[in-house]
Amino acid sequence: MPVTQIDDRKVWQRRDRAQQLRIWLGWLVGVALFMVCWEYISRQTIWIFVWDAPQQAFDMARRMSNPPWGYFDRILWPMWDTINMATLGTLIGVVIATPLAFLAAWNTTPSRFVLRPLALGIIVTSRSINSLIWALLLVLILGPGLMAGIIAIALRSIGFVGKLLYEAIEEIDENQVEAIRATGAAPTQVLSYGVWPQILPAFAGISVYRWDINIREATILGLVGAGGIGVQLSASVNSLAWGQVSVIFIAILLTVVVSEWVSAKVRHAII
Amino acid sequence: MLQIEGLTMRYPTGDLALDNVDLTVERGQVIALIGPSGAGKSTLIRCVNRLVEPTAGSIRLGDIDIVRMGRTSLRRTRRRLGMIFQEYALVERLSVMENVLSGRLGYVGFWRSYLRRYPQSDIDEAFRLLERVGLDHMVDKRADALSGGQRQRVGIARALMQNPDILLVDEPTASLDPKTSRQIMRLITGLCRERGLGAIINIHDVPLAMQFVERIVGLRAGEIVYDGPPSGLDDAHLTEIYGEEDWSGTRAADREEEADAAKADAALKVAARVDLPEMKKVAAS
Repeated sequence: MPVTQIDDRKVWQRRDRAQQLRIWLGWLVGVALFMVCWEYISRQTIWIFVWDAPQQAFDMARRMSNPPWGYFDRILWPMWDTINMATLGTLIGVVIATPLAFLAAWNTTPSRFVLRPLALGIIVTSRSINSLIWALLLVLILGPGLMAGIIAIALRSIGFVGKLLYEAIEEIDENQVEAIRATGAAPTQVLSYGVWPQILPAFAGISVYRWDINIREATILGLVGAGGIGVQLSASVNSLAWGQVSVIFIAILLTVVVSEWVSAKVRHAII
Repeated sequence: MLQIEGLTMRYPTGDLALDNVDLTVERGQVIALIGPSGAGKSTLIRCVNRLVEPTAGSIRLGDIDIVRMGRTSLRRTRRRLGMIFQEYALVERLSVMENVLSGRLGYVGFWRSYLRRYPQSDIDEAFRLLERVGLDHMVDKRADALSGGQRQRVGIARALMQNPDILLVDEPTASLDPKTSRQIMRLITGLCRERGLGAIINIHDVPLAMQFVERIVGLRAGEIVYDGPPSGLDDAHLTEIYGEEDWSGTRAADREEEADAAKADAALKVAARVDLPEMKKVAAS
């Protein structure tokens, strides 16, 4: 009861005393828990390794400086593979995710009790497994190489694109859909005229955003043998060729900058 | 033409939106449906094309009952019922032409509509209608670039593209300024007269309704409490529909508007042959 009577004047407070007390108690418990965890982590840490961390970091930086620029030619091709892997994986993912999103959105699904839970299940499964883990499994099944990488990226993208797209479908303006339905349009026409134009900007934005993420993820899939620049990276790290590692880092950085620029341009053009 | 009998609609929440409504619309007759918010005006016209499923009753268009219809015949029947919406309900990201052509969706197949390859006769009709509503210079504009009045004109053209027998009009002027409201009402009632269309027009604005239609139906809490000509609608009836209020202002405004309307009517006759900017100039003078 936030309104109280004090000498026939009404006093309003945001919360009453009991509510206020509960909130303070909540904060107290939170802070105490944080301190306990902190203490535990600190006890588990081997501090000898931490004390010389600046030294180690400096040492590694020194070994990584002065990169062998000639190595650049050798990684151009794997870099190109990485970009293709990300692009193809995204394409396959989007093609599978789009119908799934229509099945998963409550306002477009043809069956609320069978297909919708099924589509949601596929989306959640795909989302809950990181593409590195997908790649790990697929390298075992398909053998090492780009194929495993492409499919790993596609499998992870299905969940991401599917989820964001079905949320976009659920947020559309139903009036526009109703108006198309009122003309006597068939259900497929209602989708293509009433729904699709409304989610087109979201569709383009989500796809390009996922492509952008996939380029970054594709660079590490090689660590588990799924092809691309990651294979070179892991070889260089294993042979302690830190100069080569920094060339690879710079190449990745450049690619990511370019992909971000492209995705910003595309999103801008479509909205 | 349209015969509604014993129409009852109860929402799943238990609210009774329509209670045993009987209403007959003759061929070419334009009806204004007035009543307070929540009286069931929208529900009534949405039951007619079954955007809302009625609980009981029958709605006969000619000799077929819309309420008991299967999906396919419902789609075919919806083509004969043109609908115009309060918030226009245009597909915002499509062009004016695409929005108008979408009125033909019930007649063309999926791929034709998807690839936008409508029959030339449909395109001719779309141009004709756009010219009639004064928007032939805006064919390629996107719907979200138009003003409220322009959008409603596109909405009217889309409904007429269906070649309907009856128009269901849901608060066509609620989002428009007073002058545009009059132009839109004049356009709708004028087109109904030209094409011999019947119409049910939901409207809040009682003087506007009285000015443009020959029959007024008053709805209160899902029941019809007035059905007759505008001239018969007196303070007692308004009180019955809306509740106790001083109605004298409404009718004074009504007389002023009639004088205004005569002037604007003359302007529109000129405007029918000229285009929209010209019309604005004349109507403003």
